Amino acid sequence: MNYETMPREELRQLQIERLQTTLNRAYSNVVFYRQAFDSAKIDLETIRDTGDIRRLPFTTRDDLAASYPYGMFAVPLHDIVRIHATSGTTGKPIAVGYTKNDITHWSELVARQLAAAGITEHDVVQIAFNYGLFTGGLGFHYGAERIGASVIPASTGRNVREQVMIMRDYKATVLVTMPNHAAAIAGAVEEMGIHPENLQLRVGLFGAEPWSETLREHLEHRLHLTAYDSYGLSEIMGPGVASECSERCGLHVNEDHFIVELINPSTLEPAKAGDEGELVFTTIAKEGFPVIRYRTRDLARLLEDPCVCGRTTVRMSRIAGRTDDMIIIQGAKVFPSQIQEVLLDILGIKLEYLIVLDRKDDADVMELQVAMPDAAGFDEIRTVERLRKDIVSRIQTAFDIAAKIPFMEAGSLPQKTGIKHKPVVDNRK
Amino acid sequence: MLRVKNCESGYGKLRVLKGVSLHVGSGEIVTIIGANGAGKTTFLSTVAGIVRPRAGEIIFDGDDLRSARPHDIVARGCCLVPEGRRIFAPMTVEENLTLGAYTQLRKRNMSFVKKEQDRVYATFPVLKERRKQYAGTLSGGEQQMLAIGRALMSNPRLIMLDEPSMGLAPLVVKSIFQTITALRRDGMTILLVEQNSRAALGIADRGYVMETGRIVLEGTSQELLNNNDVQRAYLGKEYRSMDER
Repeated sequence: MNYETMPREELRQLQIERLQTTLNRAYSNVVFYRQAFDSAKIDLETIRDTGDIRRLPFTTRDDLAASYPYGMFAVPLHDIVRIHATSGTTGKPIAVGYTKNDITHWSELVARQLAAAGITEHDVVQIAFNYGLFTGGLGFHYGAERIGASVIPASTGRNVREQVMIMRDYKATVLVTMPNHAAAIAGAVEEMGIHPENLQLRVGLFGAEPWSETLREHLEHRLHLTAYDSYGLSEIMGPGVASECSERCGLHVNEDHFIVELINPSTLEPAKAGDEGELVFTTIAKEGFPVIRYRTRDLARLLEDPCVCGRTTVRMSRIAGRTDDMIIIQGAKVFPSQIQEVLLDILGIKLEYLIVLDRKDDADVMELQVAMPDAAGFDEIRTVERLRKDIVSRIQTAFDIAAKIPFMEAGSLPQKTGIKHKPVVDNRK
Repeated sequence: MLRVKNCESGYGKLRVLKGVSLHVGSGEIVTIIGANGAGKTTFLSTVAGIVRPRAGEIIFDGDDLRSARPHDIVARGCCLVPEGRRIFAPMTVEENLTLGAYTQLRKRNMSFVKKEQDRVYATFPVLKERRKQYAGTLSGGEQQMLAIGRALMSNPRLIMLDEPSMGLAPLVVKSIFQTITALRRDGMTILLVEQNSRAALGIADRGYVMETGRIVLEGTSQELLNNNDVQRAYLGKEYRSMDER
């Protein structure tokens, strides 16, 4: 069955069938959904069409974090064969689980996306995503193996020069990573005096953070490859939710597995056709961790006109931004509230702080300015240094981010103004 | 070929189907598995027009079957092989087959019926041997073949089989299932309802799991075989460890 080019009418039938089975299982197996549907007085039998999904309540990042670790799993733990995690808005992360079938589907969807970018079993695929609780590494890995490509699990725990050496020596033809990491790799290629002609790269698959057409051109020019955009999030599945085809005019959403909606984040009503809005996803084929109407906080547009490539699925534009204050730095997703919690945990008092983001030599740099409390005990250099080290290592272990911590005089940081105040200055653009 | 959306159906005050959506593509073998009383037979009866749907859509090749009468549905090429075979015991094998062509007799002549009969005999040689025998004297397996043969006489494009393995010896079940696979090879589309889930998933392309009038799982046969809930509930896996707990 070719799901990607299915006539829309058949796709709608498949979607309603799968949506109904998902809702029936979520209702009987997940307490959260049963309570959510019951308290909203929703009779699942009245969900007769994919459009009826609008009557169901949303699921938010906070809901998922509140059920940490296993509250949202729809099958017993011994049916789960893999667990991944992503950061929540506060201290608690979000854990997601996959059954055997989920892993098969996931691999299939990533394989689809690789095939759409022209990757075959003849390619050598270097995956420079973190292999760990983050879904990027293993997600792409299984898809690339499914295609039959030769996969190099380079991961991210090495410096960029090592990545370049692997790329050159193993003759990698495909680079899969975050766009900004790719930029750092491109920088290292130049530094090491390697001409991109001497690399075998032909395709780049970049995702996990917002990027731009300018960066695409830049990467294609510096690494001599064709760059494709990829979209996914751990709460929904990981990579493989949406991806570009050879036309590169929007990312095809895998609608046989996900129902995508676009809402106006302030009214929560459907966004007008062509308008930008917040992406909302419902999984319709997941067994382990079904998610109903998940608010991604990612802003994009939906493109419904048919694509030249022949796929009948709807496309989404590049991610244009976020509706919340999550920041993505060095590939890690962090909320300022999480940073504040770390500070609170170490110092025991609430502090003024400012996160300053910069790009230096193609790499993200985070500076965490902390207002020094006047209290006694902070005047000794040794104490201050120990404190600084403490904060640095906590941020390193919690978020995998190397941060600089300058201490500032109390009152020197910009004061909070209203609730819209964001303790973040992003100078990276 | 068959597309059902939000089908609701039942008997009197009893609501059996509570919004069932499923489809069968042309040339597919699709199976519905589920426990006793889940609504599988009611579903087939509803598609066949024997039980009237209370809501929903039943589209067969673009036509809405909701208000069609049972014999019209057969005439359109959608034929049911009922549970327990329901052959006419006091009639001969050949008479049973001829009756299966009832809807064809109106628009076509007897020679067409003869041709169809020969095709059925070619598929089930044993029926030819026993064509003058009373159907009630056939063995269970032969009766099932007759029931399938009778359905084939209506020249259908979709055959719905309700528990074809019921009450049959394992070897006979195997041969019935081989016949089903052979029918599909000849271009037939098949909707199969079975309690013998393992055998059904063994030959089907896709399947649906029905529980208390609702579909709770859809997927390829391989996916359903890999699903732990299906394994526990319908394939008898882990039954020992569950006893011991």
